[in-house]
Amino acid sequence: MTLSGAAGAVVQVAAVAAGSPMLVGWMRQVRARLEGRAGAGALQPYRELRKLAGKQDVTPEGTTAVFSLAPALVAGVMLVCAAVVPTVTVASPLDSIADLFVVVGLLLVATVALVLAALDTGTPFGGIGASRETTIAALVEPAILVAVYSLSIRASSSNLAAIVRATERRPGDVLTPAGALAFAALVVVIVAETGRLPVDNPATHLELTMVHEAMVLEYSGSRLAILEWAAAMRLAVLVGLLANLYLPAGVAGPRSGPVGIVLGVLAIAAKVAVLAGALAAAEVFVAKLRLFRVPELLAGSYLLGLLAVTAAYFLGPRRA
Amino acid sequence: MSAGAPDARDAPATSGRRHERAALAAGIATSLLGAAGVALGVVAVASGVGPVRVGGALPLAGVTLAAGATGGLFLLLTGAVAVAVGAYSAGYERHGSTGPAQLAAVPFFVAAMLLVPLAGSATTFLAAWELMALASLVAILADHARAAVRDAARWYAVMTHLGFVAILLAFVVLGAAGHADALAVLERRAGSLSSSSRDVVFLLSFLGFGAKAGLVPLHVWLPRAHPEAPSPVSALMSAAMVATGVYGIVRIDVEVLGGGPRWWALVVVLAGATSALFGVIQASVSTDLKRLLAYSTTENMGLVTLALGSSMLLADYGERSLATVALVAALVHVVAHAAFKSLAFLGAGAVLFATGLRDLDLLGGLATRMPATTGLFFVAALGASGLPLGAGFVGEWLLVQSLIHSRPGTGTLLALVMPVAVGVVALTTGLGVAAMVKASGIAFLARPRSAEAARAHEVPAAMVAPMATLAAASAVLAVAPSALAPALGRLARELPGHPGSFPQLGLLLRLPGVAGSVSPGLLAVGVVAASGGVVALRALVGRSRRPRGTRAPLWSGGAGALTERMQYTATSFAEPLQRVFDDVLRPDVDVEVGHVEESRYLVERVRYRSRIGDVVEERVFSRVLDGVHAWASLVRRVHNGSVHRYLAIGALALVAAVAVAR
Repeated sequence: MTLSGAAGAVVQVAAVAAGSPMLVGWMRQVRARLEGRAGAGALQPYRELRKLAGKQDVTPEGTTAVFSLAPALVAGVMLVCAAVVPTVTVASPLDSIADLFVVVGLLLVATVALVLAALDTGTPFGGIGASRETTIAALVEPAILVAVYSLSIRASSSNLAAIVRATERRPGDVLTPAGALAFAALVVVIVAETGRLPVDNPATHLELTMVHEAMVLEYSGSRLAILEWAAAMRLAVLVGLLANLYLPAGVAGPRSGPVGIVLGVLAIAAKVAVLAGALAAAEVFVAKLRLFRVPELLAGSYLLGLLAVTAAYFLGPRRA
Repeated sequence: MSAGAPDARDAPATSGRRHERAALAAGIATSLLGAAGVALGVVAVASGVGPVRVGGALPLAGVTLAAGATGGLFLLLTGAVAVAVGAYSAGYERHGSTGPAQLAAVPFFVAAMLLVPLAGSATTFLAAWELMALASLVAILADHARAAVRDAARWYAVMTHLGFVAILLAFVVLGAAGHADALAVLERRAGSLSSSSRDVVFLLSFLGFGAKAGLVPLHVWLPRAHPEAPSPVSALMSAAMVATGVYGIVRIDVEVLGGGPRWWALVVVLAGATSALFGVIQASVSTDLKRLLAYSTTENMGLVTLALGSSMLLADYGERSLATVALVAALVHVVAHAAFKSLAFLGAGAVLFATGLRDLDLLGGLATRMPATTGLFFVAALGASGLPLGAGFVGEWLLVQSLIHSRPGTGTLLALVMPVAVGVVALTTGLGVAAMVKASGIAFLARPRSAEAARAHEVPAAMVAPMATLAAASAVLAVAPSALAPALGRLARELPGHPGSFPQLGLLLRLPGVAGSVSPGLLAVGVVAASGGVVALRALVGRSRRPRGTRAPLWSGGAGALTERMQYTATSFAEPLQRVFDDVLRPDVDVEVGHVEESRYLVERVRYRSRIGDVVEERVFSRVLDGVHAWASLVRRVHNGSVHRYLAIGALALVAAVAVAR
């Protein structure tokens, strides 16, 4: 553990925590411009969070501690993920306590907390959202784990820093068929995990079509602010992870000084902005899928992951 | 039990007191036997037990007791579960209607389960195995006035005895070929057996042990027997007895036979993967709480078997240290499963005790009425879902690590099997999460869906305390798996082909020859600290502007007053999954639309009925039973009551026997 690594870990948690609302605002802005609207500006999510934080807390009658504690748990899990995932530095001292499987599991823990909170309300919309989210989360799992498997073959480790460093050493390895297939699988999985089109529409106002939004329907005030912030962090962590898995250029190492860490922050901000902009632009052209078509999409992603693994075994570089 | 609990409270006081004393005595005996099992297990792991020969205990062969670290681990597991279950059942059965014979069967059942890993010879093993089957059968029949219980017991009796026959035949072949009864001697001689007799022994023993472990397609007794047995017995069966099936596979197929050709491993992997997937899909759509837990047992034993099979496959390809990782994954998961599943069944028992209900569609709202049970069941559900911070995670992580780290170029088969196995484990985890979210979210949260659930009260402290102990054990296994490291280290050294390197299960989990680590303990600390930080942040930010918090009715999109019937039920929660897995589940759905007399366009009432049975039972076993029935009625034609004919058959059989044996 180096001092630089510890500083980098603190900076990357702070960067994800502070920057993730901007990412959501940026994606909304890109969509608005492409759809011919002026948009509210990239800073709008901050204004919304500030407004919600000042509102009165309303606890719905009949709900238990599950409902009131879920937002803190969801946001806490996202902060841990932000500390582990190498967005700014690969030398985070927390890297050895969690690998990519654990990060995937932690994201599922957050999903489960939210699903239980939705069931706790006992409203029909809470049930709709919980049931749909559980179905999607259950079916995402094979796709995401096989994609992780294909990524871990190159580094012969599933720890994130090891995978990112392996790519840093040999950037060409990601341009193999295995790398390309895994990239496609990961994009589908990330879209499903973050509840974006075509799996779920974060901007919908019709309860019957909601998934994530239906679960948080009973939340208000500061608890809703925390959930919105956590959802933004989930998006930032996953997009940042995808960026650094494939293009680790600029990420700080164990011996980088303060300049290296600042460069790391700038590099990841630029990469995430480009990638998120592309995702937002793609969203303009797709419609939401019927819920029962989503399993087909995820099965496709699983198959891509499977092909990536097989390609890595049969076409990849042979090492003893 | 469901009908029994309320009745017994009105029973006359004298018989009630005698019943209370009997229940207390049975509970204490069970706990004491469990404690003895734990003590023996510690000794066996530390230095081995025996061999001790008790000549007179069984005619001809006598009883031989011997246990190494493998037996010791299972003694520990069974003993620990029995201690908690005994204490719980003393409180649970006080108000029950379980008869004295059924109460007395439970300590015998525990004793037999402890005898199985202690057995040092084939005959002792078989005797203990059969005693375990019979005692558990009597214990299941607690509420034998109900047809469902008798039906479950019949299925269980037939399946477990078919399994016994398979194991008996396996031991006959093994003993005849090895000319010995003691397992230690057989272990030395098994290598020189002909390959065909080794194959026969493997297939028969895997069949028998697989039936006990609840592997598909021999799992059909499990979703019937576990729900109908009294909950303490369900906990013992699901957590400890099913594990004896795994013990049998490890002891006989891995240790005594010492591995075999590649197709053995493939058979085991396939059986494990099928069981894991089938069990979890059924669990995710089950609406009976205990049936759901029973299917989850099939799922978990499937994962354990998958790990054992992967271990055999990896060993066959020369990946010795990864094979050890897979084996350790299997054993860690068996132990974790014992902790969280016994807790889950005891929690389901507490729900049954308080409400008389097992049907998730009628439960709800128990979190405010039974807070302690709710919290403890949530711990069990977290463990069963295989998520980080839960007891089931460590085993699943080790399994996945052993699957993904075989080197490229090791073998084509490995490169094809491993990604599919990872997919199976992942889908199992995902659906397991869905099943456990349904069990805990629908049964305990929201508002009660029936009058019985609304009247529920917390169970007495005598039942909460054993559950709390099991929850503490689950928590220790979840954050500090190092508690198991000494036992597993010794066990691995006993196994054939041990590589010398062993996964480190300290604060950081590290694997031999693999870069990478995780730390469940530090992770739990991190999540708790970060969540606490968020709570503090919420208290600070915007505090000056924020009015005092308030309680208000649910908003629900402005829908107005909500009734209990508007909530999601277990059936509706699982409906999307039921649609996705339509081809596996084959649900029997019936929609009846009744019209008013005046017009066909006006609907008077709609009846929706949906039932999900067990595909294996309905499509495979019903045909088998039909075949048996047809054969029996064919044979019956010969039985016309004529003495001459019977004598002629007897003579023919004798001639045939002489001709064969000559």
